[in-house]
Amino acid sequence: MNKFFFIILFFLVFLSGCSDSNIWGWYVIDPSTKSGWDNIQFLLGGFTSTIQLSIIAAIISIVLGLIIALPGMSDNYFLKSINRVYVEFVRAIPLLPMLFWVFYGLPVIFKSLGINISIDAFWGAILTLAISDSAFTAEIFRGGIQSIHRGQTEASKTIGLNYYQTMRYVILPQALRRILPPLANQFIYIVKMSAFASVIGMQELTRRANEIVVTEYRPLEIYTLLIFEYLILVLIISFFVRRLERKMGSNESLNS
Amino acid sequence: MNKVIEMKDVCKWFGDFKVLNNINLEIKQGEKVVVCGPSGSGKSTLVRCINRLEVNQAGVIKVIGNKLSNNKKVNHQINSKIGMVFQQFNLFPHLSVLDNLTLGPTKVLGLSKNDATKKAMKLLERVKIPEQVNKKPHQLSGGQQQRVAIARSLCMDPKIMLFDEPTSALDPEMISEVLDVIIDLANDGMTMVVVTHEMGFAKKVADRMIFMDEGQIVEQGRPINFFTKPKTKRCKKFLNQILQN
Repeated sequence: MNKFFFIILFFLVFLSGCSDSNIWGWYVIDPSTKSGWDNIQFLLGGFTSTIQLSIIAAIISIVLGLIIALPGMSDNYFLKSINRVYVEFVRAIPLLPMLFWVFYGLPVIFKSLGINISIDAFWGAILTLAISDSAFTAEIFRGGIQSIHRGQTEASKTIGLNYYQTMRYVILPQALRRILPPLANQFIYIVKMSAFASVIGMQELTRRANEIVVTEYRPLEIYTLLIFEYLILVLIISFFVRRLERKMGSNESLNS
Repeated sequence: MNKVIEMKDVCKWFGDFKVLNNINLEIKQGEKVVVCGPSGSGKSTLVRCINRLEVNQAGVIKVIGNKLSNNKKVNHQINSKIGMVFQQFNLFPHLSVLDNLTLGPTKVLGLSKNDATKKAMKLLERVKIPEQVNKKPHQLSGGQQQRVAIARSLCMDPKIMLFDEPTSALDPEMISEVLDVIIDLANDGMTMVVVTHEMGFAKKVADRMIFMDEGQIVEQGRPINFFTKPKTKRCKKFLNQILQN
């Protein structure tokens, strides 16, 4: 019920602009006028980049997170240390400074090494989001995998499965059900953090909103719309995640 | 007859606690050995050392002529010849009974799905639950789960079967259905090491009884002598306690 209360509250604030007070000026995004319609199209056009950015970054983050998580569960001190150092280091860096470092700093290093790679805003943002997020996904994977009873690993060993097969056929399928809810949380986090890509010129939702604000001087309306754009995106993700959870039986207990 | 398991001066510590203290044990092919003893005496650890679920810090263990070491390849080969049944069944809860059985044969032995299924069905009939083939483990009773676990081990054509208290987690009325399956297996000539407190069962199948206490093999012998005239005090006391109820 709380969710509905807040949605109604939001719409009340939204609608209050329809009176002829001079606080609100919805004309900037009034679809019945030419300029308003153009603005709306421009603003909504940011969805493409935001979605692309989030999905690609999330995929890389999940793969990277799993690769980082596995050595963390090894008995080998050296492998374990790799995991700890990576997680502690990456987790400590705020997203925005990391974004600056990747976008402005990394090309300098590449250049000094004689590698001619330029990082555009799109891939710079993806790289940053993915790396920054991977430390968290790695911990989610580790927690999920370690929550599987060790009898499962032992039983796999006694029927001759090797490490890879044990992970692939026994541990991960069980762990994924438990990992899914926090992983979805993390995906929503990526979607929201993708807004930072605006500062390096990535034409996603926030950047586009900023650009219209600068030309139209209507921050309240445009940022209100911006918030709703993210809200809708996140609610859609939540909806699909819930369906996926139900399908995978995340909420069922597997233990007999 | 061939010795399939040889343990020489095997020791193991958990921290400061010595769980296994100079274990010397030889088991011949086809021999059925029942291990008993009070809890904490090291019976489970002994059995788990044979398939390297636990690693002994001192001593030598040879299984089917291969010395266990840190060589993963050798361990892996040996492991696939040793079946193990756990107290807690350890079935794969996300897989159906059939998939539990066919996972090893298809991934490790390289059988086709079809052949593996045929083999699985044969073994499920042997453990008398072919009708449960498509159920998930949690839909089965404890006794049924343990029988699936036995069938899962047998699917790998093991040369040796280890049982680590296979009936301790079961309701009393389900114990016999599991023991019957194990007895059937014993009559087939399988080499077995069974940790159990079921003395009636032990009398029926054991070629040799082993009594452990404080990490040592205190007494061993043929069941007739073992049960009727135990040599050591500790063993006598243990048998008295366990046979009373």
